[in-house]
Amino acid sequence: MNQGVLGIYSYVDLVIDAVHKLKRAGYGDLKVFSPAPNHEIEEAIDLPESPIRFFTLFGGLFGATCGFAFTILTSLAYPIAVSAKPIVSIPPYIVIVFELTILFGALFTFMGLIINSLLRNRAPVTLYDERFTDDKFGIMVVCPRDNIDKVEEILNSTGAEEIKFDKA
Amino acid sequence: MNTLIDPPKNPITYARVTEDVIRMLDKPSAKWWALFIPTLMFVGLGASCFIYQVTTGLGVAGYRHPVFWGVYITDFVFWVGIAHSGTLISAILFLFRARFRMSIYRIAEGMTVFAVLTAGLFPIIHLGRPWNFLWLIPYPNSRELWVNFKSPLVWDVFAVTTYLTVSSVFFLIGMIPDIAAVRDKVKETPRKIIYTILSFGWKGSNWEWLHYTRAYLFFAALATPLVLSVHSVVSWDFAMGNVPGWHTTIFPPYFVAGAIFSGLAMVITLTIPIRKIFSLEDYITLDNYDGMSKLIILTSCIVGYAYGTEFIMAWYSGSPYEWGQFVYRATGDYALFYWTMVICNCIVPIALWFKKVRRNIKALFIISILINVGMWFERFNIIVISLSHEFDPGAWGVYKISFVEAGITIGSFAWFFMFFLIFVKTLPSISIAEIKETLPVPKKGGH
Repeated sequence: MNQGVLGIYSYVDLVIDAVHKLKRAGYGDLKVFSPAPNHEIEEAIDLPESPIRFFTLFGGLFGATCGFAFTILTSLAYPIAVSAKPIVSIPPYIVIVFELTILFGALFTFMGLIINSLLRNRAPVTLYDERFTDDKFGIMVVCPRDNIDKVEEILNSTGAEEIKFDKA
Repeated sequence: MNTLIDPPKNPITYARVTEDVIRMLDKPSAKWWALFIPTLMFVGLGASCFIYQVTTGLGVAGYRHPVFWGVYITDFVFWVGIAHSGTLISAILFLFRARFRMSIYRIAEGMTVFAVLTAGLFPIIHLGRPWNFLWLIPYPNSRELWVNFKSPLVWDVFAVTTYLTVSSVFFLIGMIPDIAAVRDKVKETPRKIIYTILSFGWKGSNWEWLHYTRAYLFFAALATPLVLSVHSVVSWDFAMGNVPGWHTTIFPPYFVAGAIFSGLAMVITLTIPIRKIFSLEDYITLDNYDGMSKLIILTSCIVGYAYGTEFIMAWYSGSPYEWGQFVYRATGDYALFYWTMVICNCIVPIALWFKKVRRNIKALFIISILINVGMWFERFNIIVISLSHEFDPGAWGVYKISFVEAGITIGSFAWFFMFFLIFVKTLPSISIAEIKETLPVPKKGGH
């Protein structure tokens, strides 16, 4: 049975120190909360590359395909010659293709953000502190219930100001 | 050197940033109402003029042979142009890592969204039967007809709606962490519920930041070519037409530079009163204005160069219609408008070459308003003068602005400011998270 422990800090260097110590002790399942993005924290935790780029790429390609398909197929569906141009004239359609590439690229990126960061990987509500969006940092560790004392000791020894436990 | 880092008397800390930005969302003051109520009245004026026009017919709009694209299309191009600098500041300067954008980018982005909302009204206002505007949009219909994708007007529909969608999403995503900060601070229940919904459950964990910073980068990378394309497409509405004064290949870069030029001026016009009313001098610093002024100098030079190029090309083309058009612009019935444009866009910004002017708030405010006036006339000159003076002297004519057009134009400014005033009171208009990113990180061991 696993349980979550949350340590609240005021200083980034203490957080990074705690992350290193926790990792060395074998508690790799942790989340760090911060009011702003921070590269030092990112390096300390060493996360894999975000998969959002695939959403953007797919969205862009999807948009481009839609752009070509839409313009060409609708022109063929009701063929009418305009100012002596071919029924399917690619150069003007490129404008539509371009706009739809950007549109779908952006919408898929948005979807990727929602799926990856707001639906997956969410922290339990009980282990959140409202000061994390203000000026405090936090480390949430998920560990077997028996090891809670050890985690608490590491958090305390690295200067956590407050410690909260998951009620579950 | 960024003054945010210099230690002032009351240093900016993480907690102070949150507090200062959230204080802007307090109950509206009497000053705010004093601005908001007249704004609403002018929106009402614009709306009444529009109702009058719809019920009476387009004749009240001052359209008469040979000018059938007048003030409404001028307003459309003007407002799309205003929108551009918001994306420049939020996306292009983000990619260039320009620090001076941090404190103003949210305001600029809001300006983009509201300006596109305003611009989008004008093609519809300009229609004789505005309720049929949806015919511009391709959708399956009983006649099995589709729009003509070879027409620049359809490109325009795609460019402007894409721009509105992407800039709104960019605007809202950029705000998620800040709305979460507001959510965690406010106490009253209805506000808390609204901010909770808008914050998408943001908690600020390292996973969220990882995806968020990546997504933001991609958004910036997508918005950059988009913003350059939008005004290029708008310029093709003209350049694709065989009208002397329109039919030229310099239009896309010329329009984009002009758009950024006018938009930056509008950012200055808007931020100066906000900075004063909310005492944001520690955030929106003179360095911010200095940076924007330098960009204005650059774009002013490009615009000035384009004015010159137009003349040279008209002369070099050997076409009497083309050359006649440009001589008419500078010396004909609209010469006053032409020279107002040249003075406001090319002569006035020369003052910004001096550092003292760039750091003088009052001077900047006046210059920024003059630039906006100049840029409105630039659009008017391109559109109306070209149409007034086409090929056949028998078909030449002079256009007069009607009071309905003037009312709707004034109403459009009020409409834009109305959104803006609501925005500064309901959403964090300075990016809390990005300002925190520029601050020294709190460390026990010093830094």
